[in-house]
Amino acid sequence: MKLASLTFSGGIHPPYRKGMAQSHEIRPCSDPETVTILLRQHIGAPCEPLVKVGDEVKVGQKIGDTEAFVSAPIHSSVSGKVSKIMEVDSPDGTSSNAVVIKSDGLFEISEEVKPKGDIDNLSSKEIIDIVREAGITGQGGASFPTHIKLVPPKDKEVDIVILNGAECEPYLTADHRLMLEKSEDIIYGLKAIMKAVGVNKGYIGIEDNKMDAIDSMREAAKNESNIEIVALETKYPQGDEKRIIDAITKRRVPSGGLPMDVGVVVNNVGTAYAISVAIKTGMPLIERIVTVTGGALEQPSNFMVRIGTPFSSLIEDCGGYKGEVEKLVMGGPMMGMAQFTDSVPVVKGTSGVLALSKAEAALPEQKQCIRCAKCVEVCPVKLEPVLMNQNIMHERFDELEKLNIWSCIECGACSFVCPSKISLVHSFKYAKKELAKRKSN
Amino acid sequence: MDQRLIGTAAPHVLSSENTNKIMRDVVIAMMPALIGAVYFFGLPALKLTLISVAAAVLTEFLIQKLSKKPVTISDLSAVVTGILLAYNIPSTAPWWLPIIGSVFAIGIAKQAFGGIGQNFINPALAGRAMLLASWPVLMTTWVSPGPDAVSTATPLAILKNPSAGELPSLMDAFLGNIGGCIGETSVILLLIGGIYLIIRKVISWKTPVAYILTVAILTFIFAGGWEPMLYHICSGGLILGAFFMATDYPSTPITGKGKIIFGIGAGILTTVIRLKGGYPEGVSYSILLMNLAAPLIEKFTQPKVFGGVK
Repeated sequence: MKLASLTFSGGIHPPYRKGMAQSHEIRPCSDPETVTILLRQHIGAPCEPLVKVGDEVKVGQKIGDTEAFVSAPIHSSVSGKVSKIMEVDSPDGTSSNAVVIKSDGLFEISEEVKPKGDIDNLSSKEIIDIVREAGITGQGGASFPTHIKLVPPKDKEVDIVILNGAECEPYLTADHRLMLEKSEDIIYGLKAIMKAVGVNKGYIGIEDNKMDAIDSMREAAKNESNIEIVALETKYPQGDEKRIIDAITKRRVPSGGLPMDVGVVVNNVGTAYAISVAIKTGMPLIERIVTVTGGALEQPSNFMVRIGTPFSSLIEDCGGYKGEVEKLVMGGPMMGMAQFTDSVPVVKGTSGVLALSKAEAALPEQKQCIRCAKCVEVCPVKLEPVLMNQNIMHERFDELEKLNIWSCIECGACSFVCPSKISLVHSFKYAKKELAKRKSN
Repeated sequence: MDQRLIGTAAPHVLSSENTNKIMRDVVIAMMPALIGAVYFFGLPALKLTLISVAAAVLTEFLIQKLSKKPVTISDLSAVVTGILLAYNIPSTAPWWLPIIGSVFAIGIAKQAFGGIGQNFINPALAGRAMLLASWPVLMTTWVSPGPDAVSTATPLAILKNPSAGELPSLMDAFLGNIGGCIGETSVILLLIGGIYLIIRKVISWKTPVAYILTVAILTFIFAGGWEPMLYHICSGGLILGAFFMATDYPSTPITGKGKIIFGIGAGILTTVIRLKGGYPEGVSYSILLMNLAAPLIEKFTQPKVFGGVK
């Protein structure tokens, strides 16, 4: 039986170029000599350091935390000595305070790290506390603290948990490898999430360019009657939260709303894996899978990487750069962030590091808009990028809200198809900042 | 790594699509009709087309040079306008007629409003309208296809005024073996080009289908059934207009719904002009009028945002 893969309306088919990395099994990267663990890993409040320069720390030891609501603690990924606490470049383009730890190479595990028992014996509250204490954040890239998502407000009735295994970003294969190699842990993590949220139905959505991952997840879930593995059409941005909910449940998150408004909680497969590790071994989120790939690398790979490892060390592990690097990107090529330097550290949300060659990421000259409306056709949110950009160029910011600019998910589909190579998303990011500034004045 | 790399906003990979490729596809799509035109009307058809293209490209070049703007003739959009303008004049026209038309189309309708993407009406049709108003006789002197080239009337003129001549067969109208403008007569050859553009995703099927269907339904009802309906579809430049001119990017709505409304509107206007107006043909004026309505249509067809309640 071949069922048609589910999907949403709009979207694009970029060149996927996943072949470079997808057949490479996850392997550990070289042990880092020092790790730089940012105190601000994601939106929300930064952590306060719990250690000071000179302190000895062990693997899994909590080294930063805060009382703020939108936050998650951070942990040491090595054993060794805190050498500095200082401001460093963050891969999100800003800077952040960080705890720099010099590794002693022993990787001694902290006494804090202890198995937490089995899901069956843990209460919903206990699971949520484990997730929070383990510092788990969304592993898809946005890095939102996971424990907050597991506690929907009382008035929202949630009945479905979706694990996002779409991995619709070109180049990236970290989730793909994870689903092949750790399928049982992912199912375990999904069951933990379902118990924490108190729902009975779980789905895992995977794009149909990863049939082997679909098979391996189906195999792992064969005894789970309430977990369904769903094949999704390979189309960008299939892995966007609202698009994946639409494809799987036919429920549409209201514009400006959240998944829980339609009774759904979405987490990445990598997040489920991190939760299963935290429950089974007690090890907090100190490492993650990172796809290091691109045409400007000798040997693309999928690594298990300790948080805080510099990008440059991963690139060395790939045999170094090949030819000239046009762009270095954290994340996928559609929504990832361009880096100015490879000295930045891996953070909890680093799904990939791309070294792109000139042929892959050349910056073409922008031409005049010909109003072909291809951007309107592909927009998964049903916006009119051409008109939005026109208004921005004429500084008519009042018009932008009528054109629903706040609903823009910045997926990049419009910029991708534009024959005149107009950087539409850039323009919208700028306009949103400008609008926010005007509102606050 | 010593040097700081370039950082730009995502996305970091782009499609290989560009303006030049789109325009090249439009030119390719118009070639079958050009070959047909040469077959039916002889070398004058080719000569006038080449003159028209040369005038269009040269006008664009000179205006951009003189106004010290980047010269963009290599994007082929002026070539498209030149061919379309030639397709809208008779093969009997003097050599200078397409020059004036192309200069007007590019100079006034396109460049004066900001160049590519900024014209609020279809440049080629603006050129044709100007020529038709200025030289009505030269613009409506038709010859029959073939070596004899006797003067003739178009099928629609004959439908309107049966004493004007003998109606050609429907098959001739479908193949293009009838009197008319250079590029408008052959339904089959224009369809080949139009379908090519739809397959290549250069144009949307919505405008031509809505346009042609509207004309078909209305002429079936008001012009007296199947036979007049088929003549109305197969002649008077409807196919050329529906696929190649009502789909002009800047002068038509960007939304899918808007394209359908545009097509229906043009269809209604075409039928009204043909059946009730003074002209036997109505395609170019209908499209021009709808061009003016396009911003309004666009305003009322803003798509409902994903998850929107409005």
